[in-house]
Amino acid sequence: MSLLEVKDLAVHFGGVKAVDGVSFDVSPGEVFAIIGPNGAGKSTIFNLISRIYEPTRGTLRFDGKDITGLKAHDIARLGIARTFQNIELFDHSTVLDNLLMGRHTHRATNFIQDILFLPKVRREERAHRLRVEEVIEFLELEAYRTKMIAGLPYGVRKVVEIGRALAIGPKLILLDEPASGLSVEETQDVAFWIEDMRRDMGLTVLMVEHDMSLVNQVSDRVLAVANGKPLAMGTPSEVQADPQVQAAYLGTAVEDAA
Amino acid sequence: MRIVFKTSYDKDIDLHEHGWSRAKIAVLAAIMVLLPFFVGEYYLAEAANTLIWALAGMGLMVAVGHTGQVSLGHAAFLAIGAYTDSALMNAGLPFLLSFPIAGIVTGIFGAIIAIPAVRMSGIYLAIATLAVFAIVEELVILLEPITGGVGGIMAPSIQIFGISFDRYGALDNFYWLILAIVALVTWGYANLMRSPTGRSFLAVRDSEVSARALGINVTRTRSLAFGLSTGVTGLAGALMGHYIGFYNYELFSIFISINLLLVVTIGGLGFIQGAFLGALLITAVPQVIAIARDGLNANFGIDLGGIPGLDTMIFAVILILFIIFEPTGLYGRWLKIRTWFEIFPLARRDMFRRQKSYLKTERMK
Repeated sequence: MSLLEVKDLAVHFGGVKAVDGVSFDVSPGEVFAIIGPNGAGKSTIFNLISRIYEPTRGTLRFDGKDITGLKAHDIARLGIARTFQNIELFDHSTVLDNLLMGRHTHRATNFIQDILFLPKVRREERAHRLRVEEVIEFLELEAYRTKMIAGLPYGVRKVVEIGRALAIGPKLILLDEPASGLSVEETQDVAFWIEDMRRDMGLTVLMVEHDMSLVNQVSDRVLAVANGKPLAMGTPSEVQADPQVQAAYLGTAVEDAA
Repeated sequence: MRIVFKTSYDKDIDLHEHGWSRAKIAVLAAIMVLLPFFVGEYYLAEAANTLIWALAGMGLMVAVGHTGQVSLGHAAFLAIGAYTDSALMNAGLPFLLSFPIAGIVTGIFGAIIAIPAVRMSGIYLAIATLAVFAIVEELVILLEPITGGVGGIMAPSIQIFGISFDRYGALDNFYWLILAIVALVTWGYANLMRSPTGRSFLAVRDSEVSARALGINVTRTRSLAFGLSTGVTGLAGALMGHYIGFYNYELFSIFISINLLLVVTIGGLGFIQGAFLGALLITAVPQVIAIARDGLNANFGIDLGGIPGLDTMIFAVILILFIIFEPTGLYGRWLKIRTWFEIFPLARRDMFRRQKSYLKTERMK
């Protein structure tokens, strides 16, 4: 059974059909990539899955459960974590606090217990910290633990955002352009981490990415979209060989080749 | 420079990073407790007033500093706290009951107001809270049987287990009572900020969209923050009523709201310590101006007593200077000075370049 099922998904903003009839499913343990030219609707698909946008039609099922009617803040509890294309971290907090905020869905205390800082709160804090330290170790963020986000280099922030998503302890992680703005070495790190997430943590990864070398390296299947419509789906090489996909990226590529 | 060697997660969870900072707080607490033995009635009353302002400032800090919700209506919540407490005491309830009830009533009122209001942010929220202030002010006048209307109301003398805490009859006791309340609230506030609830406030302040993606219910978090904020402000209002003794709606004017905003902005947004530094400034400056005015008159024959609005003007200039030159407030400035000494001689000019103020929440797309 597939972990995430997207069926005939569409969202229209007035006359603009940002996403129009996209269907795909992601199997557990799979790395699934969505590619497409700028403005194709890739990030919009992400925003639909994380319930920031209301779909005009179509259904979303996660783990066999219909999530189309849920609120944005209910999604994380089900085990769906995400990162953002333009980093959305909490700038005035430390790396550690940012990761701890990722543990919100696991909180077991209410605000009155928090104000009194009952022994239970301390116990919970220790447990969250332990979990967050595992993420810090995995992503090698030890050197930045107590640094404020606002002063960190771009590449590190990108990694912290992945870390915050991992701190949720998700089943499915949505990575919105994890390699954009990263150097070749940093992109290679991301590739290894994605492999490890799948192999060691048993995560399913859905990502939007422009860097085709990363897509080729890590993804099992690729969906190409353009103008909100699906073009082709299959292995990375199949999709890149598809004449429609080449046309969407290069315009006249098909005619030139002929 | 001090390097703290951490050997357990508890060191990060504890309120104080090292023994030295714990000792500093202990010394400060000792000085505050022993204050009545060193200073006269006038300065002790001023100290009590400063503590009340710090309490109200902490209340507003939760909203403005830690959740990014600007409120111009907090004078209304001071009023609700004060009137609830005084009215309940006039009805025969003891202070030990009426005081917490005043806080809870104000908090619930604030949280209810917040449910529609939290959908707004920035300047729109400020205007909405200003409207709440106007409504509450009218209500106070209209509810004459409870509030005494325009004529005003008497805040009864405080008695706890037969001991008098009267503002005039037993000023020492009154001061200690306020000190204890302020210490308790500060402790609770500090606890809140090191717990999941406090972190969810900061998350909502800095990025609503990713707060949602992490499973934080933004509306509920913001109204909880606003409720806690107004609850603490209500407690401060109750104490303010007792401090003044006899008051009417004019005590809680719009200028009180603005002064409270000054307390948190000048003190340092996002720092509990900022509420105290801001309160110190806001209560001390009028005194300093008064003393300076008398001095000028006595020594140089310059009479500034006839100039209306001089205090307000000086306040305004101070606020503008702070917003332009030190957006992180007095506490931010203190942190910089401390860091400069700690890493001496390694401080660089641009070390603190990356700083932004918190007064922005228009991030939600």
